[in-house]
Amino acid sequence: MSLWEYANPRKFMGLTDRLVMPLFVLAGLSLAVGLIWGFFFTPDDFRMGSTVKIIYIHVPSAMMAINIWAMMLVTSLVWLIRRHHVSALAAKAAAPIGVTMTLIALFTGAVWGQPMWGTWWAWDPRLTSFLILFLFYLGYMALWAAIEDPDTAADLTSVLCLVGSVFALLSRYAVNFWNQGLHQGATLSLDKEENISDVFWFPLLVSIAGFVLLFVALVLLRTRTEIRARRIHALDARERMA
Amino acid sequence: MPDLGKYAAEVALAYGVSLALLAGVVLLSVRQSRRVKRSLDEAEARRTDG
Repeated sequence: MSLWEYANPRKFMGLTDRLVMPLFVLAGLSLAVGLIWGFFFTPDDFRMGSTVKIIYIHVPSAMMAINIWAMMLVTSLVWLIRRHHVSALAAKAAAPIGVTMTLIALFTGAVWGQPMWGTWWAWDPRLTSFLILFLFYLGYMALWAAIEDPDTAADLTSVLCLVGSVFALLSRYAVNFWNQGLHQGATLSLDKEENISDVFWFPLLVSIAGFVLLFVALVLLRTRTEIRARRIHALDARERMA
Repeated sequence: MPDLGKYAAEVALAYGVSLALLAGVVLLSVRQSRRVKRSLDEAEARRTDG
């Protein structure tokens, strides 16, 4: 069996029909455990006080904001190279989730930054590249909405996605490229033996799992919606021609 | 409720707004999914009848 079989809308709908609900349940459970554990059962940080509890939302949403764009990049490339419609529709379906995650990361970052840095906002490399990523998400969604022909819309939004990937990468690595600004280095890194103390690390991992599962459930649900909308479009066109 | 000390407003605001945004995107997605499914069922029924 090949992965490309699921580029067939019928096969995709058949498989995802069984997956969406269990994924939503798993996502809800993971988010509830991660956030309740983090909010109620972890201590305050000796420097940041109780604001450290914002980490359980800020870090997963920021991670998802970047990784959702990366997923859109892969699916856009698949569309441009292999012309699989499900792929283009999956990218379209992911964008509203990505913009929500970016907004959460920006908002929680500002709320956390105010008491820690003394300012809601600074033109710091990571913050600025995240703001530009947010604007790219909005532009991507606006471009889909502005073009009537779905294949042309998929082509142009895929190219926009390639360009925006520079900023998605920058928002991930900006703190490494430029050793300036207020934002600290990456909270999670595979290079380090210990990222943060275990007492914060384990609930953070559960919360990240919840955000990932929620994204997968939502993107499958929204892709199914886009496939159905495309089918309605095709039936309407057939009716008009008859 | 844990004692959030002097940062209680910031932590509560961060959680409240974030959870509302997450709930919003889930509700909108589910509502849109139901609406489109209903429209497709109607279109398929028209096609079968016609």
